[in-house]
Amino acid sequence: MNPLCQLLEAALFAASRPVTAEELVTLDPDATLDEVRAALDELREHYDFDNHGVEVVELAGGYQILSRPAFADAIERAQLTVRASRLTPAMLETLAVIAYRQPVGRAEIEEIRGVSASGVLRTLQERELIEVVGRSEGLGRPLLYGTTPMFLELLGLPDLQNLPRAEELSIALQPPKPEAVGPDDAAAYVPADR
Amino acid sequence: MTNPVSPATVLGPVVLSPGPPIDPARSGDGFVVELEAFSGPLDLLLHLLWEEQIEIADIPISRVADQFLAAIGDLGLNQAADYLEMASRLVRLKAQMLLPRSESEAWEDPRAELVRRLLEYQQTREIAHWMAGAVERRGLRLARGYLPPAPELPPLPLTLDLGDLLFAVERVIAGILHPVLHRVVARPLDVEGATRTLEALLSERGEFLWTAALPARPTVSDVLSLLLALLELARRGACSFLQPASFAPLRIRRESALPAA
Repeated sequence: MNPLCQLLEAALFAASRPVTAEELVTLDPDATLDEVRAALDELREHYDFDNHGVEVVELAGGYQILSRPAFADAIERAQLTVRASRLTPAMLETLAVIAYRQPVGRAEIEEIRGVSASGVLRTLQERELIEVVGRSEGLGRPLLYGTTPMFLELLGLPDLQNLPRAEELSIALQPPKPEAVGPDDAAAYVPADR
Repeated sequence: MTNPVSPATVLGPVVLSPGPPIDPARSGDGFVVELEAFSGPLDLLLHLLWEEQIEIADIPISRVADQFLAAIGDLGLNQAADYLEMASRLVRLKAQMLLPRSESEAWEDPRAELVRRLLEYQQTREIAHWMAGAVERRGLRLARGYLPPAPELPPLPLTLDLGDLLFAVERVIAGILHPVLHRVVARPLDVEGATRTLEALLSERGEFLWTAALPARPTVSDVLSLLLALLELARRGACSFLQPASFAPLRIRRESALPAA
């Protein structure tokens, strides 16, 4: 491994959160972003090639060294880590609506799920999975919610583009048929493009 | 959580069945428990449709509305506004479907909005299902998890003003379940009586111990009455008193103002 590769390995090991390439560049004044990215690839290949127990994972816009899935059970059995509490179906559904439609207000979330959302929104905010990203121009200027980097971390996604695209889902909503719905409903018909 | 309803599984003649979600053993329970089984009225509706293998696009509104009402009744969900709102929507749709349609005019299916919402919700649920899987997969990869416990900070110096203190007292008092009430009785002090006793003693003796002015078994009010009388007489110049040592009994001495008997 070259010195830059070693430096990145040390930094990723020391950090307890995903670190962005931009942050990693600041480790070495002589390194460029491209060199850092190349070194990260080298580090990842090194771990893969030598069958290490950890790997370099792209997560929430950054990089993190994580243990490989195969060892999760053993590590948990030995009680070396604590698994985060599970998400309820209500939390997951609410996150699904927010992830695809952000920025989105409470009224739209409630319309889609058919139930009141204030409690679950508060819980998700407390867990820092969503945050208020602004206010709507509509009546009463309701709060608009969006997902946080913590949300991406929880799902193990590099960014929001890695959510399944609407057309990949088995139930893809069709574009509105003019004879079926009025113009007011048309906007809600279009699946968020992600 | 994926949608089990597909065109291939739609049966022709659908047989009405009560369906297993309405478990008689569970009916009568609080609706909170039931809300955990269904995450909302749309979820319940999808379940009813799935039970009967009904295509979402062609909902037999009349029957589904009846079933929905029966379900929320049996589930003890009567208090849940979200379910009632959907129930009223279904009943209205049922009425609309009964209206005669004229063949000449373009007929707008009143179910379109409900169908749109159901599909939208179904898609949301599918995404939620995918997300649950993603969370599960991510959970198998562990980051460096050990965080040393935060060092204990020394307690901050106590800064209080009178307002804080009174507020704290009020809170403590408010927290007492059964407040202990004391009736405060004003004990009459007999200062005049004590004064008379002192004057009588002063007229007899030039100097005496204060205990001489007390009855054999003095009460608190006797002592207090005597003290007040003593102070009053001393102020008037009728007597003076001195204490030879700490905690020693007071010696009371007649002053010249009061003529000796």
